[in-house]
Amino acid sequence: MNMMSEAAVEAAVGAKTTAQPPIKMQGRLVNVSYGDNQALFDVDLDVRLHQVTALIGPSGCGKSTFLRCLNRMNDTIEGCRVKGSITLDGADIYDPSIDVVELRANVGMVFQKPNPFPKTIYENVAYGPRIHGLATGKAEMDEIVETSLRKAGLFEEVKDRLHTAGTGLSGGQQQRLCIARAIAVSPEVILMDEPCSALDPIATAKVEELIDELRVNYTIVIVTHSMQQAARVSQRTAMFHLGRLVEEGATDKMFTNPDDQRTQDYITGRYG
Amino acid sequence: MSDQKNPTVSAAHTVSSYDDELQFLVRRISEMGGIAERMVEESVAALVNSDAALSQKVISDDLLLDDAERQIGEKAVLIIAKRQPMASDLRDIIGSIRIAADLERVGDMAKNNAKRVLAVQGMAQPKKLVRGIEHLSELALTQLKEVLDAYSSRSSELANSVRQRDDEIDAIYTSLFRELLTYMMEDPRNITACTHLLFCAKNIERIGDHATNIAETVYYMATGSQLTTERPKDDETASVVVRN
Repeated sequence: MNMMSEAAVEAAVGAKTTAQPPIKMQGRLVNVSYGDNQALFDVDLDVRLHQVTALIGPSGCGKSTFLRCLNRMNDTIEGCRVKGSITLDGADIYDPSIDVVELRANVGMVFQKPNPFPKTIYENVAYGPRIHGLATGKAEMDEIVETSLRKAGLFEEVKDRLHTAGTGLSGGQQQRLCIARAIAVSPEVILMDEPCSALDPIATAKVEELIDELRVNYTIVIVTHSMQQAARVSQRTAMFHLGRLVEEGATDKMFTNPDDQRTQDYITGRYG
Repeated sequence: MSDQKNPTVSAAHTVSSYDDELQFLVRRISEMGGIAERMVEESVAALVNSDAALSQKVISDDLLLDDAERQIGEKAVLIIAKRQPMASDLRDIIGSIRIAADLERVGDMAKNNAKRVLAVQGMAQPKKLVRGIEHLSELALTQLKEVLDAYSSRSSELANSVRQRDDEIDAIYTSLFRELLTYMMEDPRNITACTHLLFCAKNIERIGDHATNIAETVYYMATGSQLTTERPKDDETASVVVRN
């Protein structure tokens, strides 16, 4: 009798967790080496539509390497070789026919340190749409700039000084400007490499709030060293260790009851 | 790979003062457990032997448990604020708060029994009833001891076996309840003593329930999942009727 009800509960819980959103990006048997150093070993990871996937793990575990594979940022590093397959909506992004510039517009990136161009706030956002030919006139460009800044939660703060230097903003504002810049070219996926590590707690909270809003329209992959941040902003968490994917699962479970001892040791501060 | 599964609390934290803080909770819970056990034992001894001095001691010992629970609560809040605990650490801290509350309640039950010693004093206590109360308290104490062992060893098996055994206490309690009713009907002069003994029996039965709560908390601390299955219950006092 008791066994029956336990099985029934399990089935109900199982049914709830298997109803997952479709896969947006998928890595299979991803191996990456820099020269003779292998950085990633046989990583299989799914990134699901309209979810925030957090990549965590100690320094050098390969999480940033994996992130950079998702929009081929590793192509720019000499001696870097990527094997295995990574797909975006089922299409292999390492296929020779893929236009890398277009890929990086589809899969945008926000870096650790805010890096606005040494141009005006307006130009920072307009730059991408201009080189991709997304706007035909000034009115259309004005609209893209305003919408992008609004989505990044920055417009109200900068609307009176759009033509002043982007570098004159505070750190948190600069990071949101970089997010606006990534959004301006209408990406589907946004990659974030420790986007808050250079920000104070208030600016961090604003970016985290923004990530949650952006999730409605985009798919987000974030690398973070802050366990609490991963627990707060993501729906799925993937734990890397020594170049391997150790554990991947629902964030709520990963931070209360992980399956793997290495995850447990890392998130509780026992690693090393 | 398989030896990496089923995480346990093993290695020390990189920050050693974090370990000291968690250790403080473990130590205080164990101390509370020891005090609670002693209070239950002594309250029943005081009841059986009409020992007013011993009952006074139980009543004043309750303050120790109240203090310890407060300390554990404050420390736990401080650790959460300072360390933002995760996974097994988080479960340990939440578990400590819950267990401290249960042990504090056990102390209250023992104290309430001790208070009744004066009321029952000087009245004829049928041997059979006294033995019934003693037996009930032995069972509850065994449960309490084992669940505290389960806590210190973080053993989910032991915790689960404690939880499964609570129905024995319920069964003895139900039979005591019937007997007390019968004595009261036989001779109204028994009513005062029997009513107090009835509350004492109920208190002891509640101590068993708190042991069960602690068992469920220990299971959660050890495994990260909650026991959802119904546990066996044998407390039928809600429907007991004696007709003459």
